[in-house]
Amino acid sequence: MEQFLKDSSIYTLARGPLVWLAFIVFFTGMFYKITSMLKMAKTERVIYPYLSLKYTLRSLIHWLTPYGSISMRKHPWFTSITFIFHICAIVTPIFLAGHIELWHESWGVSWYELPVSVADSMTMVVISCIIILIVRRIFQSDVRFLSSSGDYIALTVVLMTFLTGFLAHNELLLEPRVMLTIHFITGEIMLMSIPFTRLSHMFFFWLTRAHTGSEFGAVRHSKDY
Amino acid sequence: MARFERKPVTDIGIDETLKHVDEVKIKKAIDRVLKAEASARLKTFVQTCVRCGMCSGSCHHYISHDNDPTYAPAAKVKQTVWDMLDKDGNVSKEDIKKYARIAFTECNLCRRCVQFCPFGIDIAYLISLVRRICCLIGTVPQYIQDQALSHMQTTNMLWFRQDEWLDTVQWLEDELRAEIKNARIPLGKKDADVLYLAHGLEAKYMTGLLTNMAKIMNVAEIDWTMPDTDGWDYTNKAFYAQDYETMSMVVRRHYENAFNLGVKRIVMGECGHAFRTGIYEGVRFLGWKESPIPYIHGVQFFYELFMEGRIKIAKKIEEPVTVQDPCNIVRYRGMGDMIRYIIRQTCENFIDINPGYEYNYCCSAGGGMVDAGPPWKMARIEGGKVKADQIRDTGAKIVIAPCHTCHKGIEDLNDYYKLGVHVKFLTDVIAETMEIPEELRA
Repeated sequence: MEQFLKDSSIYTLARGPLVWLAFIVFFTGMFYKITSMLKMAKTERVIYPYLSLKYTLRSLIHWLTPYGSISMRKHPWFTSITFIFHICAIVTPIFLAGHIELWHESWGVSWYELPVSVADSMTMVVISCIIILIVRRIFQSDVRFLSSSGDYIALTVVLMTFLTGFLAHNELLLEPRVMLTIHFITGEIMLMSIPFTRLSHMFFFWLTRAHTGSEFGAVRHSKDY
Repeated sequence: MARFERKPVTDIGIDETLKHVDEVKIKKAIDRVLKAEASARLKTFVQTCVRCGMCSGSCHHYISHDNDPTYAPAAKVKQTVWDMLDKDGNVSKEDIKKYARIAFTECNLCRRCVQFCPFGIDIAYLISLVRRICCLIGTVPQYIQDQALSHMQTTNMLWFRQDEWLDTVQWLEDELRAEIKNARIPLGKKDADVLYLAHGLEAKYMTGLLTNMAKIMNVAEIDWTMPDTDGWDYTNKAFYAQDYETMSMVVRRHYENAFNLGVKRIVMGECGHAFRTGIYEGVRFLGWKESPIPYIHGVQFFYELFMEGRIKIAKKIEEPVTVQDPCNIVRYRGMGDMIRYIIRQTCENFIDINPGYEYNYCCSAGGGMVDAGPPWKMARIEGGKVKADQIRDTGAKIVIAPCHTCHKGIEDLNDYYKLGVHVKFLTDVIAETMEIPEELRA
């Protein structure tokens, strides 16, 4: 296996074409999922006629503000962990020097880079948060009852992506190039799986909140937060 | 790992029906609902749920059962909808029995969990799909099914015939005249301002409530009428089984009565589910975006009467009073402040409940649980433990519950948990405390 991963053609493949494939699958998959959902929503009479921009925004603002909803206030620890996790998990890969370098190499574009030490600590934060989330999933009885293998796999894929990135950058455990290859592959798996797994909550969040926010605000004169 | 363990309960509506259906019929019903009737919401909600457990602590059943994971809102979806999707509808009769039990007797469709879900996943909607499947198979608690059948035939919940209705109203009017001079309960009067609809029980077991409403109408000098035909009962029990066809037929009848009589608006008494079907579910199913003419809940109506100064209070109630915010009119229509305004107008000592308003706990009888009848009484009593504790904590002696279901639910909680409270409708409180002008006194 290690020999396989050391192979420079595998490295090149994972670093180049597979990245593009992953992005294409991610974007087309997401586009397909969203458009087919929006189309399906037309068959339900209770969605489009009641949508309200005002209450969609009200809902989104409350749920994107830490402790902006009663539910978050009732779960103070979980809320802080999920907020920190999501912010770090989204910001780190986008503003990571190593990733921007790749964009620069292919398209000649670049943007703000996080200082290395900051990026490293944010990655550590992501890893720690995922470990806490996995532990919570195993030990909190209601969450454990709900969980199936897919939930653990999804968390593991994200964990592996960040962990291998961190290890490769700090040249730990395995030869950096091997670790980097694993990082590319897990990252690509993660990106490609987003539209087709529960990771799709990333874009469905906005749509479900729009529906529920409008329904609770515009129709029911009540609160969904 | 927690397991679904429940004391066996026999309900002939479910158990007997299952003897006569086969797996083919079951699969057909599941496919119809999950593959044809439901679409975007079902798919998106199922895919988006990240199993985070934020909804668990919002559910009164979960809390009342010492945080038993099988009672958590998402867990109820897991054990029903996800299970059917995983098995692609190839489920056993035992599975259906379990689904029916969860959907009808362990979820009140109160939607508190929706407020706690970071994605706003409408868990109550998903559970209502399970009820719909059970309805198509026929495995509905007998007491609910019986009332739904009554609605199909008579549009009221109690197999009440039209002549019985007319007769009842006439003797109620006679009795009211002992108190209010020339009191009238008009039937089928054309072009009145208000078409008043009553709860089925008010024509049979709770006639005092209808009399009190008539008293308020007479004192407030409202130009009102009630239907002289079928369609006077606002309840809509078919809704509990998600029998959309019967539900919308009943709602259509109410609006048709209103149009035929040429009234300006419909006013209903204190009830939750009927308001919901009257302005949301039934109306939407019939193809209207909103109710075609104003459909006013009792609470809104009383609030108006106070605002317009049509009734005055002679003597307020002195005992400590608290409130039950009915889900269907508070979480679903934001009437919390109106209810409190009316209570403050009629009661000296109001103690608010915590949590209240749209975050209030369900009475544990709603969504058809009280209508599922005696076999399932303990299910709602056990699920209502947190409600009972909440009421006890207020120290109030009277609970005002402007909803028939809440009323009955809390009365039963009161008996079981020895809360020592009286449960009252706003109608009764207003009729009891309002000033009756000298010229109207008999």
